[in-house]
Amino acid sequence: MTEIQFSGFGGQGIIRCGLITGKAASLYDNKYATMTQSFGPEARGSACSSQVVVSQDRVLYPYITKPELLVSISQDAYDKYEPELREDGILLIDTDLVKARPARGKIKMYGIPSTRLAEELGNRIFTNLVMLGFFTAISKVVTPEAMKKALPGLVPQRFLDINIRAFDQGYQYGLETLSKDQKKS
Amino acid sequence: MTKETERPEPKNPVEDFLRMDRIPHIWCSGCGIGVVVSSFTDALRKSSFDLNKLAIVSGIGCTGRVAGYIKLDSFHSTHGRPIPFATGLKLANPELKVVVFSGDGDIFGIGGNHFIHAARRNMDMVVICVNNFNYAMTGGQVAPTSPTDANLSTAPYGNFEHPFSLPYLADACGASYVARWTCLHIRRVTKSIQEALDKKGFSLIEVIAPCVTLYARRNRLGDGLNLLKYYYDNSVIQHGADTRTLDIGYQGKMIVGKFIDRERPTFLESMNTHMKKALGDKYVPYGEQP
Amino acid sequence: MKKVKADPKGVLTGAHYLDGDFAIAEGALAAGCRFFAGYPITPSTETAERFAERIPFVGGIFIQMEDEIASITALIGAAWGGRKVMTVTSGPGFSLMMENIGLACMMETPLVIANVQRGGPSTGLPTLVGQGDMMQVRWGSHGDYQIIALSPDSPQECFDLTIRAFNLSEIYRVPVFIMADECVGHMHEKVVIPPADQIEVVERKWYDGPKDKYLPYKPDKDLVPFMVKAGDGYRFHTTGLTHDERGYPVINAECQDWNVRHLSDKITKNADKIIKYEEDQIDKADVVVISYGITSRVAYRAVQLARKAGIKVGTLRLITVWPFPEKRIAELAKKVKAFVVPELNLGQIVHEVERCSAGQAPAVLVSHCGGWVHDPEDILKAIKEAAK
Repeated sequence: MTEIQFSGFGGQGIIRCGLITGKAASLYDNKYATMTQSFGPEARGSACSSQVVVSQDRVLYPYITKPELLVSISQDAYDKYEPELREDGILLIDTDLVKARPARGKIKMYGIPSTRLAEELGNRIFTNLVMLGFFTAISKVVTPEAMKKALPGLVPQRFLDINIRAFDQGYQYGLETLSKDQKKS
Repeated sequence: MTKETERPEPKNPVEDFLRMDRIPHIWCSGCGIGVVVSSFTDALRKSSFDLNKLAIVSGIGCTGRVAGYIKLDSFHSTHGRPIPFATGLKLANPELKVVVFSGDGDIFGIGGNHFIHAARRNMDMVVICVNNFNYAMTGGQVAPTSPTDANLSTAPYGNFEHPFSLPYLADACGASYVARWTCLHIRRVTKSIQEALDKKGFSLIEVIAPCVTLYARRNRLGDGLNLLKYYYDNSVIQHGADTRTLDIGYQGKMIVGKFIDRERPTFLESMNTHMKKALGDKYVPYGEQP
Repeated sequence: MKKVKADPKGVLTGAHYLDGDFAIAEGALAAGCRFFAGYPITPSTETAERFAERIPFVGGIFIQMEDEIASITALIGAAWGGRKVMTVTSGPGFSLMMENIGLACMMETPLVIANVQRGGPSTGLPTLVGQGDMMQVRWGSHGDYQIIALSPDSPQECFDLTIRAFNLSEIYRVPVFIMADECVGHMHEKVVIPPADQIEVVERKWYDGPKDKYLPYKPDKDLVPFMVKAGDGYRFHTTGLTHDERGYPVINAECQDWNVRHLSDKITKNADKIIKYEEDQIDKADVVVISYGITSRVAYRAVQLARKAGIKVGTLRLITVWPFPEKRIAELAKKVKAFVVPELNLGQIVHEVERCSAGQAPAVLVSHCGGWVHDPEDILKAIKEAAK
């Protein structure tokens, strides 16, 4: 069982990240995935999040308790949710938007300039897809094929291609990051 | 062998429209509700409607009992709710013509919000409101229609509130047809009901009626006949009158007539037109008459 | 009872990733619901939004009424106009509906209401989970009557139970409630919608005898009267007043006795056919955890931990909450040491368990006021206590 938390500020497509990941895992990777999100005023404020529990067996307790994967695309979200991350967890951040402290304990931290890469693709609204590609490469919780299959219906049809490109770019960046990481260690 | 001296009484012309197995009715003698029921059945007799496609819905109160006596598909709903009930009925089966028959307290007190919105939507229904200026079934309490200064059991020192002018409210909300009469104007009530039945959209017919037992007794206004005399002396027919001028003061002048008769698309027409425009051929039209 | 295949127009066959609210809307469309009247209220609004989005392509009515009172009343009218009808709401809206839920019961009107429960009382916790309306759904309207209430624990079950709710409402001519909660309503999971020809839908119990012999409230052999709709020429009457078989008001004690007992009997005497629950490892259990809705999933985690600790614990998940499975609870009460009943309220269903157990086994409440689900540890602690 893997507990994942996506976080950022309203408008960055944080809820979408959870939906795409949950849909990919449960519909195309043959796993169970329960996605929840925060609602109400708190969901519209500075830091918002969506959570996905992915498992080989049916998910019982629906919420995350101590996530092992945290994605933060804003400083507020990082400040708010990082303390909840498991000691041996993985933290993914947008390097331009998040000034991270040195990682705690055995936490592995990986960064990507996802917003800048999205802007280079034409619009920062693709930030979440760049980040999702990155997340997919690093975490290996879902397959990139499943993630791409999950996109129709969750991103506007006319932006499907560019969203896929954004995803691929993030995924590639992730693979490169991993191989650099392996060389280092 | 008994002698056959009894002669069958000639059949009352309204019998075909009433549930005769429920007669006698519960209304007091001198009450105006029966007069409006007569006008309604008269309008049905004169119309060419398929009576099987006509439904009547009432709320709670003296007038709320009307649905129980009319031999149509008839629904006696809860207090204040005949309009949303009729809304559901009409939308579920658009070939129905739906009549709401209820009192002033029911439709404009507890149910006022529903009236406003049904008129705004131009929901296709005829609302016949018998206005007797008080809550009669419960014993003559003050109503949103009670004239200022009238005495009522919950306004024992006189009513100091300002009453609703029902036609003004209906007009402001967008009703397609609005008329007001008194129990004295029975032929005109009949005619208005006929017109409203033929009209598509939301219609209101207010009929001012005596409540002899409560409102009249408490205010020492005499019996039914005295009240008809009051209507005769004080009602002024003014078709098309500005609805802002229709307030009724205590025992004051009453402007009656047909005030509004206009064309607006009904809820269903608006829905179908709009959805076709928005969705094209993918839209599945609903409830359009062939 | 006439069963037919679902109308494919409303069935979105395939695997989807939906939240519980959306799944309720899809269940309704699959069951043949073509009339929805509602009023926005968190956390149930998504069902209304989904229905409003989908119905123009299926053919039917979505209308946003002026309030919840209008919504439930419009449903009753629309059901008598011949449609399958539903609404959704939550706490405050549910309270507003109570009077006319009584009217629906009295007029024996088939309709479905989903209550996506949030924390109460009053405005309470609009965006957060609760299970505080479980007694309100049973007793909330005045007078004596019976309803049916189902409790889904997942988006998939929101879909499945909505179809069942429609079927039950048609079979018994009674309002049926889907007592969901914010957590189930807002969580996304995989929902598989089968092909239309694999979905069984119960048709209304239409009367087809001679027109002048129709009696809207004459019970049939299964205690449920036949129904007609407005516009078919029966020119019938129905009322919220105490009434006889003709639907005519009769205001006396005899008719009241006949009328009210009938409303109750048609459910209680058919209870075995209505009640569904799911049991696990119950045969040798010392402790049985009884739960429903989202709480049952949280409880299962506690149960797993308890089993690892060597405790013989079984589970009974209520799928039908009302009518309550009193026979089964009474049976189990003879065999187990105790029941543990976690609820997101200060104790509602636990009282039913106590009543049915009749002193044979204690019922231990694990209460939580809502706003979040239980900590499984709290339930585990109660299981351990109860097993001693």
